[in-house]
Amino acid sequence: MDLYNEARKNKLEFTTRRHFLKKCTTGLGGIALASLMGPQNVYGKSLEEKMLSDTLPHFFPKAKRVIYLHMAGAPSQLEMFDYKPKLKELHDLDCPKSLLEGKKFAFIQGTPTMLGPQHEFKQYGQSDTYISDVLPHFSSIVDDVAIVKSMHTDEFNHAPAQLFLQTGSPRAGRPSIGSWVTYGLGSENENLPGYMVLVSGGKTPSAGKNAWGSGFLPSEYQGVQCRNSGDPILYVSNPDGMSRNIRRESLDAINAINQKQYEEFGDKEIMSRISQYEMAFKMQISVPDAMDITKEPEYIREMYGAEPGKASFANNCLLARRLVEQGVRFIQLYDWGWDMHGNFEGGSVNKGLKDKCDQVDKPMTALIKDLKQRGLLDDTLVVWGGEFGRTPMRENRGGVVMPFYGRDHHTEAFTIWMAGGGIKGGLSYGETDEIGYYGIKDRVHVHDLQATMLHQLGLDHEKFTYQFQGRDFRLTDVHGHVVKDLLA
Amino acid sequence: MIKPFSFTNMHSSRWYVAIGCIMLLAASCGEEKIDFNTQVRPILNKNCISCHGGVKQSGGFGLIFRENALGETKNGKIGIVPGHPEKSEMISRINHENKEMRMPLERDPLKPEEIEIITKWIEQGAEWQEHWAYIKPEEPEVPTIKGADWAKNEIDHFIYEKLESHGLSPSERASKEDLVRRLYLDLIGLPPTLDQIEAFVNDDSANDFEKVVDQLLASPQYGEHWASMWLDLARYADSKGYESDNGRIIWKYRDWVIKAFNENMPFDQFTIEQLAGDLLPDPTIDNLVATAFHRNTLNNGEGGTDNEEYRVSSVIDRVNNTWEVWQSTTMGCVQCHSHPYDPIRHEEYYTSMAFFNNTSDWDVPSEHPILRELKEEDENKLDEIKEWITNRSSNKIGNKWERFVRIGEPKLRPEDFDKVENVVHYNRAGQDYMEVHNGALIKIKNVSLNNIDRIYFNYKQSGKEEGTLLIRTDSLNGTVIAKTPLAKTNGFTNLPIAITTEAKIADLYVQFNSKSTDYSCSIDGFLLGEKLPGEVDREYKQMYAGIDEMLNAPTENTTPVMVEKPKAHSRSTNVFVRGNWVVKADQVTSDIPKLLNYENKEFDDRLDLAKWLVSDQNSLTGRVMVNRFWAKLFGRGIVLTVEDFGTLGDYPSHPELLDWMALKFSGDWEWNMKKLLKTIVTSATYQQTAVITQATKEKDPGNKWLSRSPRTRLSAEQIRDQALSVSGLLSDKMYGPSVMPFQPEGVWTVIYSNAAWKTSENEDAYRRGLYTYMRRSSPYPSFVTFDAASREFCLSRRINTNTPLQALVSLNDPVYFEAARSLAKLILPVEGGKKEKVEAAYRKVMGKLPDSSKTKILIKLLDNTEQYYSEHIEEAKEMAKSDSLELASLTVMANALMNMDEFIVKN
Repeated sequence: MDLYNEARKNKLEFTTRRHFLKKCTTGLGGIALASLMGPQNVYGKSLEEKMLSDTLPHFFPKAKRVIYLHMAGAPSQLEMFDYKPKLKELHDLDCPKSLLEGKKFAFIQGTPTMLGPQHEFKQYGQSDTYISDVLPHFSSIVDDVAIVKSMHTDEFNHAPAQLFLQTGSPRAGRPSIGSWVTYGLGSENENLPGYMVLVSGGKTPSAGKNAWGSGFLPSEYQGVQCRNSGDPILYVSNPDGMSRNIRRESLDAINAINQKQYEEFGDKEIMSRISQYEMAFKMQISVPDAMDITKEPEYIREMYGAEPGKASFANNCLLARRLVEQGVRFIQLYDWGWDMHGNFEGGSVNKGLKDKCDQVDKPMTALIKDLKQRGLLDDTLVVWGGEFGRTPMRENRGGVVMPFYGRDHHTEAFTIWMAGGGIKGGLSYGETDEIGYYGIKDRVHVHDLQATMLHQLGLDHEKFTYQFQGRDFRLTDVHGHVVKDLLA
Repeated sequence: MIKPFSFTNMHSSRWYVAIGCIMLLAASCGEEKIDFNTQVRPILNKNCISCHGGVKQSGGFGLIFRENALGETKNGKIGIVPGHPEKSEMISRINHENKEMRMPLERDPLKPEEIEIITKWIEQGAEWQEHWAYIKPEEPEVPTIKGADWAKNEIDHFIYEKLESHGLSPSERASKEDLVRRLYLDLIGLPPTLDQIEAFVNDDSANDFEKVVDQLLASPQYGEHWASMWLDLARYADSKGYESDNGRIIWKYRDWVIKAFNENMPFDQFTIEQLAGDLLPDPTIDNLVATAFHRNTLNNGEGGTDNEEYRVSSVIDRVNNTWEVWQSTTMGCVQCHSHPYDPIRHEEYYTSMAFFNNTSDWDVPSEHPILRELKEEDENKLDEIKEWITNRSSNKIGNKWERFVRIGEPKLRPEDFDKVENVVHYNRAGQDYMEVHNGALIKIKNVSLNNIDRIYFNYKQSGKEEGTLLIRTDSLNGTVIAKTPLAKTNGFTNLPIAITTEAKIADLYVQFNSKSTDYSCSIDGFLLGEKLPGEVDREYKQMYAGIDEMLNAPTENTTPVMVEKPKAHSRSTNVFVRGNWVVKADQVTSDIPKLLNYENKEFDDRLDLAKWLVSDQNSLTGRVMVNRFWAKLFGRGIVLTVEDFGTLGDYPSHPELLDWMALKFSGDWEWNMKKLLKTIVTSATYQQTAVITQATKEKDPGNKWLSRSPRTRLSAEQIRDQALSVSGLLSDKMYGPSVMPFQPEGVWTVIYSNAAWKTSENEDAYRRGLYTYMRRSSPYPSFVTFDAASREFCLSRRINTNTPLQALVSLNDPVYFEAARSLAKLILPVEGGKKEKVEAAYRKVMGKLPDSSKTKILIKLLDNTEQYYSEHIEEAKEMAKSDSLELASLTVMANALMNMDEFIVKN
């Protein structure tokens, strides 16, 4: 902890002590404890977060919370958003040498052929936005979203690129954006973690749990993964034979003993522990409740395509909306299975990609519509995208043509979309060249995206730092510019 | 975040020192001499350095190096003119009336007294002084104090002096029960048993405490506990990291650390073996295992990754790690530019890197070089071979052959080839070989052939066609020194090829030919084999055959180790422009930063570096290590920023004590870690009570002056170990492969990996936390919740948090619940009523009797639970996993006891 943080912590400790002394006058029996957790309290170290929010945000936020839909494996922009008729003409022709010189690819070797877009595109909405046939639902909300076609990154392997996108660094060990945001802004609710992670597609992303790790920030800011089976959050349910009544009895005993201990030793951490135990007791109800989509009416479930009991992206989108309503600050979804190299049919940009789109198109569209109809879209920032893009060339791993149509990893051009939270709707931003190989206008780097997201939350990415190992660290390292053109 | 510069109390410690100095000097010489370190530097650091530092030098003015500060700035003016404040632009700017000109820009002006200090300092010649940590410590005098009765050793004198100057006095000694629990938890990481507590409480002898200390330092659990601390620094894990995060077998290193602590290996040896054990004159197998310290770096096996990129990334981590662990210096700052706050230059990062850039490991799945342990039968054969060689030469040569067989490195690999034809190099992620085709040529320059008898060709061939390998020296048509047929192999194999040459050094031309145009094989590298001693012996050939066989023998266990590449094929190290590994600038050689090279010593390899770290020419190692031990025991270091002793780190709370201990540790005590720990824990300071009184609360809220013992939460491993220990479940089995205790289903779902969490059986499910399998992408859940390190990088300090998720772990995690049930079973047979049972249970967990109010609370819990269960028999059965109603309520109580604050903290 640096001196600044220490000084603040000292001030905080002082405040905490006063806070408790004041509250203590009302008595600290088990029943009174519930009232101790006043409505101003937030998850985790409530007062510390409140202290932080005394200086944060840096300016007025447009978004209060974030839902990040990460398509792990990196979907092909050329089959979904970035319409390239020229590439169609070049289909099957050898890739010109000039495009390969000095380039590094993950798998392409020798001379690959060009691969034309595998799906048809049409224009939609008042904005005349090009969208391919694999996204029939999404095409109905193009006027609500900003599509950024000129994204680029530094990393062409999944794990480093996912870390780069989520933590600002390709190496494991830095805090993820959700940790930064909850560290900076705290949570808006008292019964749920401020940063929650939902995974679909059967696997965690390549970067593993590092993708939602808190790095050098305190562990309370790490993303809490909700599980698809068993306890929605690890250990949230009582063991067999431990009813809620008995749990209450035992918590009363624990708290009463801790209270005695406080009287003896005078250490305020003990009082904090009492409040954390009360919070845990509340979470035992609020977590399963928030995670229960049977509580949603049939037509809403149908809108998302959600089915109770399934571990699907559709369920997770619906859960994301439920968590947003509960005031969870940052909700991170990962959907695995977008890495279409053409090594098998399910991994092809024609058949495989279509199948994946069928899984996400309806729910992600429903999420935007549902947030909008509830008035939540204005202050909820939704971001959708993968960790990098795909090549306009057909993959030829080891110089050999793959059995199905697939594309290699590509850093220079990919597409993401954003909606809500003060982002312009109906906007197509940035341009790539006529084959979608390079961004040629309004390029947006991963650090620019991060800077823009923080900006919408009221955080200045250059001033929002944490000192570790003698250095001030930022999410955006020493880079990044807010993309003002995207802002409404 | 913007730092609010109005926090003047932040540097209060420095100000006390500063004021002290002023008064002292003013009294002695009449004219106050300004001290740079204690008076000027804090002002510069707080107000100036973020714009006028080592990286950002706004207006061409920087305050890190004196020559910069005294030089001409961009507008032609001189920032600081020694002796002449009136000519110094800095003075004019900090006094400027125009807000837009006044420094610091857009902030409150400096206070008049600060301006006065800077003005006087320039007037007196603007002398620079190194930051305290970069000046070698000098032995301070042990203060004479009034409270000599209280003091038990020198430490107390230093502590008492500071307490007194802050209007504080030490707290009384903790109760014997609390003290013995604290001591056990601190020295061996586990709580004492009731017998152990009683023995201490009933011991009235004068050295009662010392006896327990000695006994604990001699216990095998001591090494396990302190290894935990070191493994955070070593970023030890059982997996490689990144995408598939496959397993890595490196637990022998963990065991080495435990043994080193238990055997009380002096810290200088501990350092040298880990950083450069392989470069010792005749390294033992243990010396080699120790070098796995720096093989704990991450390895990226994801398809399509560049092996060189991740090799460089590992080397960078080794540089940063070494500087942080031994020097608490943030060398990572210098990777991209000169240090913003400390006088270390950009190039000096790469002179440090040169020490580490020459090991033969690479970012490849095999993780070579690895130290191989063979199957028992082969181990016996190897023993025989070694004995045979030793009898015909010397121990040293016998050892050398053992290492040769066990490691088989360094090989000459594609990166050492000067020219290749008709080959394809597969060097991405999961691949690491060169495919050679018919007519292929490999040229390797400057191969030392002195005393070389054979070359082991490591290759794999899947086709049936026969090929020929031909080695010529010095040209394409040079002398043939070896020729051998190549046939289909069963995986990668070491093929011995005898060579005949008189040449000492030669360029090798390796040619591959076959009658079949389709011929190909995959090669890993060439290993040079020295001539075996004992040529006259009739068993000579047989021994050679034995060695060949052992080189290809299957392994029982392996450990990645460090092996240096031969000089002729060493890598060059270049400065990376802005830290980018693909943009290389000037070549550099091994060196340490000038700032710390007091004697302008020359450096060559890692061994030089390691020796320097523990030499009397190093100002930091002793202080850094003493501070690490201190921080573990007291919850905060004498230097609060354990990881950063640089300019931006915290000033020591007790600088003289730090230097006194550091000099003792590296001097009289000869780096004896147990001696250091014993001295600290036998001090009166350590033995104080943890009760916070009104006085200590007001005058020493953060316990900086140690007016009491700290109350700190136990570590993640300790919390679990303790629960298992008091419930009688903990196994005391030591060493061996990491274990997998119970973990809920579905925690491991890492892609592209078939690895599965297979719950260990029998006592392996109840081992101490440090033996738990540590997978980087998915660490053991309850440890993560209790702030354990994720082991991707060096972690000097875990940040303790206090969260509801922790409560859910200790309340509901089946591991903790099993412990509660097990404890309840121990209490069930206790004779007497509820009071007796409550007391017995509380005593089991806390080592003492509860006071009556706590007893009452717990009896009430038992009453209410029993009442409830008598009406809900089925629930009681589920709770007790038996028909015993009493066991059910006792289990609930035991669970409550293990969630008491006093149980998970150290008082």
